Amino acid sequence: MRQRLAALGLLGIPLLTFPLLGLPGGSWAGIPASYLYLFGVWALLVIAAAWVAERSGK
Amino acid sequence: MLSPGLILLVSAAYMGLLFAVARFGDARADAGRSIITANVYALSLAVYCTSWTFYGSVGRATSGGLSFLTIYIGPTLMLLFAGVIVKMIRIAKTQRLTSIADFIAARYGKSQLLAGLVTVIAVIGIVPYIALQLKAVAASLDVLIGKEGAGYLPAMFDSTLIIAALLALFTILFGTRHLDATERHEGMVAAVAFESVVKLVAFVAVGLFVTYGMFGGFAELFQRAAATPGLERLLQLDSAKAGTWAALILLSGLAIIFLPRQFQIIVVENVDESHLRRAVWLFPLYLVLINIFVLPLALGGLLHFQGQTFNPDTFVLTLPLARGAETLALLVFIGGLSAATGMVIVETIALSTMVCNDLVMPWLLRTRRFGVAEREDLSGLLLGIRRVAIVAILLLGYIYFRAAGEAYALVGIGLISFAAVAQFAPAVFGGMYWKQGTHAGAVAGLLGGFAVWLYTLLLPSFAKSGWIDKGFVENGLFGIGALKAQALFGLAGLDEISHSLWWSLFVNIGLYVAVSLWSRPDAVEAGQAERFVDVFKHAGRGTDARLWRGTASAEELVGLLDRFLGRPRARQQLANYAAGRGLDDWRSLPVDAEFVRFAETQLSGAIGSASARVMVASVAKEEDLGLDEVLDILDEATQVRAYSRELEAKQQELEAATAELREANERLRELDRMKDDFISTVTHELRTPLTSIRALSEMLHEDPEIDVDDRTRFLGIIVNEAERLTRLINQILDMAKLESGRAEWTTGEVDVAAIVREAMDSVGQLFRDKAVALEGEIPDSVPAVLADRDRLTQVMINLLSNAVKFVAGGSGRVKVRVVAGERALRVEVIDNGPGLTPEECVVIFEKFRQGGNTMTDKPQGTGLGLPISRQIVEYFGGNLWVESSPGAGATFVFTVPLPAHE
Repeated sequence: MRQRLAALGLLGIPLLTFPLLGLPGGSWAGIPASYLYLFGVWALLVIAAAWVAERSGK
Repeated sequence: MLSPGLILLVSAAYMGLLFAVARFGDARADAGRSIITANVYALSLAVYCTSWTFYGSVGRATSGGLSFLTIYIGPTLMLLFAGVIVKMIRIAKTQRLTSIADFIAARYGKSQLLAGLVTVIAVIGIVPYIALQLKAVAASLDVLIGKEGAGYLPAMFDSTLIIAALLALFTILFGTRHLDATERHEGMVAAVAFESVVKLVAFVAVGLFVTYGMFGGFAELFQRAAATPGLERLLQLDSAKAGTWAALILLSGLAIIFLPRQFQIIVVENVDESHLRRAVWLFPLYLVLINIFVLPLALGGLLHFQGQTFNPDTFVLTLPLARGAETLALLVFIGGLSAATGMVIVETIALSTMVCNDLVMPWLLRTRRFGVAEREDLSGLLLGIRRVAIVAILLLGYIYFRAAGEAYALVGIGLISFAAVAQFAPAVFGGMYWKQGTHAGAVAGLLGGFAVWLYTLLLPSFAKSGWIDKGFVENGLFGIGALKAQALFGLAGLDEISHSLWWSLFVNIGLYVAVSLWSRPDAVEAGQAERFVDVFKHAGRGTDARLWRGTASAEELVGLLDRFLGRPRARQQLANYAAGRGLDDWRSLPVDAEFVRFAETQLSGAIGSASARVMVASVAKEEDLGLDEVLDILDEATQVRAYSRELEAKQQELEAATAELREANERLRELDRMKDDFISTVTHELRTPLTSIRALSEMLHEDPEIDVDDRTRFLGIIVNEAERLTRLINQILDMAKLESGRAEWTTGEVDVAAIVREAMDSVGQLFRDKAVALEGEIPDSVPAVLADRDRLTQVMINLLSNAVKFVAGGSGRVKVRVVAGERALRVEVIDNGPGLTPEECVVIFEKFRQGGNTMTDKPQGTGLGLPISRQIVEYFGGNLWVESSPGAGATFVFTVPLPAHE
């Protein structure tokens, strides 16, 4: 489990820093794409972590 | 405007509630039913979100857009590396380490110097941060009460001072209730978790109110901001700030474990390592939720108060107040209060433990002036020191807040504090994963990093506040341009935080590694390095016992425990320890290395590992082992571990080999049994015809009177049986040759179609005798195959004669088909006999097993034909099998592979 979580962390670092962060531009349904991207990726990362951490039992 | 009285009443009621929650938590802990579940643990981690988050994030967002998020993304990523945190927790638990200072000091040989150094860095870095919390509370009170409310209390009753005093009282009550060897405070953790919920609810409430109550939702808010000059840039991510972005993520990622309050909550207050499983995602989820509305609030404030001067740090209060939503404003105030108080309480406990254990106690124990070393019971004194430390730290924070006021040195302190505690990272991570890291290296790294931090970050912030001369920032120290505090050696273009972080960590890591490699650890240090780095596989008792040699008296050790832990607590721990070693009474414990280590660990929980070591050394006569001997022992331990692993591998190999041998033996026995069966079957089969031949011959021999007809009949039978006997013996010989591989083969190109026709001709008479129809479906020419002509004929004749035996006379039909496939020739012999059960389809290919019921029917063959045929076909690379079901006839099929195409 620790290794899977660490892999998520290593995946999160490039996803949540530049230059990838510079990609989303414009807006979607009136909300800036940068805002959606940041919170979207962040929330997905948290959900994935929850899935990994809670799935493996005691 | 809200009346000051109401606000004070609500604040007091909230603080009362907090006391009640903490009281409940402590009562449950005393009763042995802890309320610290995984969820409570995860929520208590949110003490990370201080009033700097609650009020300050919106302020940062008004100037920097989304960049405030880095402070929360860093911890999210750091927590995913849960393995590192679990290791810290495990080390701290096994060694009873109760603060970050103790953690670092214990790793590098239980050094009082390091413990003191870390404590000083932490206090200098954190006290202004505490001041910031008090300022936030004061500022929010000012906003809530407004100008007309000023002077509601005489100046001597400063509301911030009252809050500071209440916080000190709370911290003393729940932080220093008793001396616990684990330094755990469940009541406090429960209260902090409760506060986390309050601040989240308050912040989300005001966020919803502004986004949906004052504006038409996210889309409208963002669209209006995008249309407003000056605001649209807040919605973009500025890739020119890529360096700052990464630096802040690193900084906050380090802060989440190295801030004293975070270390206290994550490591010291951890009850169960598995709670981390929940915290890994629940705490980041909390961070996501509390940040969703930050940017909308900042934009809302900027849009609403366009053209007016308002402090963006108080938007969360001023926005609801502008719409007259006073109850909501009050809730927000409580949320901000909870953010501030949670941080202050935990931070103060953590700092007071460090100040007491790592600064005051070593000093008191060394100076003989107060007679501390001779005192009977020191537990009271310890608690006293901690209480004084709590009050002093809060007072210091209050004084700093009063002195700094609106100065920059206070406003920017959040990140400055982060950068201070980031200096602990090389010594801690290095200590956990690198055995060569030494005491000298850690001291050098910490001092270097701290000095750079001081020069490039803290002092410039003082200069900006106008407290000291700005010369060293603008022109460099002594006018040397290369020493400009925020463009060291000409490194310009970075913001001040990234600049300081880069240089301080560069110096810190560089010195730590270089000095470590050039110095040698002492004996204690080498042992501790082993215990830290290999905490998960540490052999434990055996090695520990050998790492300490000397003599000690139980009385003196127990006396020591009594003095520092208090008599009742010390006795209880002793009893637990004795029970753990399977003894009823601790008085019968042997005074060995393990006992000395137990005493030292217990003491280390109370007074820190460095002081504990000094105290134990003062009563026990230790033999100095010397570095080389310690290294030998550790090497040996490592080798023993390696050997035991090897041994384990060997054992597994052995087990596997044994299993293989057993299997082979089983197969051999089976073969042996089969051979025995074969011989007894063969003798049985041979005896049957012999018996009838002998019986008939005797009759003819003894009775010459027998009449001619009978005589002729008997002789016919004898001839038949003798033929059968010959056939049987021939086949057994044939079989034996085939099986031993000594059969003679003359392999050549043969025409299977021709062989099948010849075989049909040669057995034609048998079919005609029994009136069974035999038809063939044979192509005129089929590809030639490589085989032995006579042997294939033998197979064909065997299959045909079997077929004619089993079909009924008159109505029986046998059909032969030859089909040329792609890879092989396929020959089928199809009959309409009684058919075979699936079991029979298998057994008829075994030796001496015949179709039909052998118990009642007269045997119609030798039982060797099919096994021989199969051997022959398989010799040529083909297969022989039967497809059948009862009542539906049987189809015997064999294939002979075609020669591979050129």
